[in-house]
Amino acid sequence: MITKELVIIGGGPAGLAAAIEAKKHGAKDILLIERDSGLGGILQQCIHNGFGLHVFKEELTGPEYADRFIKELEEIGIEVLLDTMVIDLTEDKQIIAVSHKKGLLQIKADAVILTMGCRERTRGAINIPGYRPAGIFTAGTAQRFVNIEGYMPGKEIVILGSGDIGLIMARRFTLEGAKVKCVAEIMPYSNGLTRNIVQCLEDFDIPLLLSHTVTYIHGRNRVEGVTIAQVDDKLNPIPSTEKFISCDTLLLSVGLIPENELSKMADIQIDNVTGGPVVNQRMETSVPGIFACGNVVHVHDLVDFVTMESRLAGRGAVNYLKNKMPQQKFIKVSPGSDIRYVVPQLIDAENILDEKQNFFMRSTRPMEKARLFIESEDGLIRAKVLQHIKPSEMINIELKKEELANKDIKTLKFSLQEEGVDNGN
Amino acid sequence: MEDIVIIGAGVTGCSIARELSRYDINITLVEKEEDVACGTSKANSAVVHAGFDATPGTWKAKLNVAGNKLYPALCEELDVPFKMNGSLVVAVNEEEVNALDELLKKGKMNGVNPLRIIGKDELHALEPNLNPDARAALDAPTGGLVCPYELTIALAENANQNGVKFWLNAPVTDIEVMGDYCFLVKTPKGNIKTKYVINAAGLFADEISKMAGAEEYTITPRKGEYLIFDKQFGNMVKKAIFPTPTKISKGILVCPTVDGNIFIGPNSNDIEDKYDTSVNAAGIEEIITGGRKLVPNLPLKNVITSFAGLRAVSNTNDFIIEASKLVKGFINVGGIQSPGLTSAPAIALMVKDILQDAGLDLKKKKDFIPHRPKKYRFRELGSEERRKLIEQNSAFGHVICRCETVTEAEIIDAIRRPVGARSIDAVKRRTRAGMGRCQGGFCSPRVLEILTKELGADPLEITKKGPGSNMLVGRIKEFLQDEGGDQNDN
Repeated sequence: MITKELVIIGGGPAGLAAAIEAKKHGAKDILLIERDSGLGGILQQCIHNGFGLHVFKEELTGPEYADRFIKELEEIGIEVLLDTMVIDLTEDKQIIAVSHKKGLLQIKADAVILTMGCRERTRGAINIPGYRPAGIFTAGTAQRFVNIEGYMPGKEIVILGSGDIGLIMARRFTLEGAKVKCVAEIMPYSNGLTRNIVQCLEDFDIPLLLSHTVTYIHGRNRVEGVTIAQVDDKLNPIPSTEKFISCDTLLLSVGLIPENELSKMADIQIDNVTGGPVVNQRMETSVPGIFACGNVVHVHDLVDFVTMESRLAGRGAVNYLKNKMPQQKFIKVSPGSDIRYVVPQLIDAENILDEKQNFFMRSTRPMEKARLFIESEDGLIRAKVLQHIKPSEMINIELKKEELANKDIKTLKFSLQEEGVDNGN
Repeated sequence: MEDIVIIGAGVTGCSIARELSRYDINITLVEKEEDVACGTSKANSAVVHAGFDATPGTWKAKLNVAGNKLYPALCEELDVPFKMNGSLVVAVNEEEVNALDELLKKGKMNGVNPLRIIGKDELHALEPNLNPDARAALDAPTGGLVCPYELTIALAENANQNGVKFWLNAPVTDIEVMGDYCFLVKTPKGNIKTKYVINAAGLFADEISKMAGAEEYTITPRKGEYLIFDKQFGNMVKKAIFPTPTKISKGILVCPTVDGNIFIGPNSNDIEDKYDTSVNAAGIEEIITGGRKLVPNLPLKNVITSFAGLRAVSNTNDFIIEASKLVKGFINVGGIQSPGLTSAPAIALMVKDILQDAGLDLKKKKDFIPHRPKKYRFRELGSEERRKLIEQNSAFGHVICRCETVTEAEIIDAIRRPVGARSIDAVKRRTRAGMGRCQGGFCSPRVLEILTKELGADPLEITKKGPGSNMLVGRIKEFLQDEGGDQNDN
């Protein structure tokens, strides 16, 4: 049995930032475990730019963004195990991992940070009828084939879902000489960042068909085409609008799911909406000493926010290691009208680190302009006007410690009220 | 000259091949697909039926009960997971309760034992997630679960170890009858001269029989669609839960798999196209409605995949297992629909008897190997066993499929074993890599890489499931040149 002060599971952007931050704040004996052969996670296949605008005030590519952290990690000397997969995690922070170099490892940690990221939703999860031929890929898998392996998974492509990876791959395939016939999105609004809609679709004249979905996959061996149809306001396909589009590939960009198999093994409480652990103000899960950050907690649209959140988790873990203080009374944070979720879900206001607390949340629908209300059971804490709200663009609000501490409040509710529309709230 | 050519590498053909491989005869099995278990044997309910459902006196009834009894030992011998978890036929109204009595009588006539009817309280204690309206059930403890393609693959591997030759990607294009007990079986891979032909061609058995000039019958594909749920809901039901059956089908089940998932299905629709394994929106609706009748709170958000299978239904509505009276040496094993999987081991013994009756001299081999090569399932092992395995072979320390915990060593083994995997799906059926909740999103590029290395192939040649299903279509930059784009673009 190996013992470690802090073990971080996952060497993507979340794990890298958390490890570095923990080390800087005094954790000495850190081990970072990564199942792939290199660090950086999915950033390594994101060769487009647009990363780092918040953290570095620069536009970097995915590998460049990752590289800054990897270099820093090496400089400050953090132990890393590559090609190593954690296969078991218990509530008392015992870890079993396997690797072809080191065999089976049993590790006991004082604290753990979970940074396993997320996976893509598949065809099965959305139940598309038809055949099961070759040529159906999730956008991320296609991205790996093109950007890492150097192979084209298809030449004539239809993309279902307007998630960011799908949009990025629409441009990537076009630049490689493939024909992207359309992007079909079941919702009446796009699911990606506005800048990706503009730069990846509009700039290349790729049609975005809102309120459309794929109703059938044709082709026994390889995809030969798809049937798409418009959907009604209950998202049911309208048969009379069905049309056939020939293609050899269907890319799916229909959402990401936090990867919490290990969290479940350790009996960590999971938020049904985010699909990730319920966390407190220092990104600690329901199991004391096990922390989580990044896409394993909730799916982010910007890696910069993953970095910010993960630095907080790194400091949180050090804070736990130093005094193991039990968490005090919690304020329960909940989503109100038109807010889908808020992270963190619990706040120990007296123990907010560094005098301020970030809250990440998503709206349930797009709004041009709305007022965000932050209320406790005692009344309004703050209100803020927001513009161009989209479910795909995360809202980030910072509250000062004094806005929450010493007030003996028990609940904190975040809600949106569309401006100019009286919805009776 | 071969003694026997078996046509079709489903569970029936492979059971026959493995049974006959005990004897000192030359056997070749020809299969049109790229792997064994690619037709009906790949996509069915995976239930080893107790045998109460079939009409007494039919081959279906006799062979079901006989096959069921052979399963535990066969699966043990071939190291195939088998679980005798029992089946329940649930009645939700008075009419169905009465139908259960009929079913009990039928089951007893078929020789199913034990078999009894249980009341509401016992039923709900056994299966707490059942529809509260469920009043009673027929309880058949000898019902079981097996993975049908794993069993078929195991039978093929062991048959191959014992000398049976496998011709894959070899559709039979013609059968020339050269005389009594003398055939020329033609395939694009070459022709085989043989004394006996065993027609185990599943959905295509009618066409093969006609080709040889043997008895004519028809096989109609009867489609069944399925949905599979994530393993985290694997405890929703413990036993195979059947509704009270109708005349044509056992109905839509809610059922565990031997690998720990739950599925719902199948519906039952006669179709024309023997290749139509598509799933339709209406079919999905139908099985969800049917499944909810038994278990109202199905975790529909956690469906991991859907699929359809085709039952090979003959016009006699029973199995057709007999030596042709028209063509000496031709043996039909057709119309093997449900309970075909359960019956397969018994069908193999019956075919052996038919061959003997037809005059084939069957002498037991001295060196018959009853077990297939040891197969490791990393996901099922404890820490100590895992540690030892990685020490022996470091590729066990490299997890390729994270959802199902499948290691590089297992994937390499699947490719190198007898009748080894040659495609992504063939690896999947042998190892479960790609069968988990991410459905190969993470592991398929890695499995493709291992296949490339092991087969000495180009990645562009690797297929999902045989010819025409290539995973990749070209190298990057290739299409730019195709279209005469800017050649100077660096």
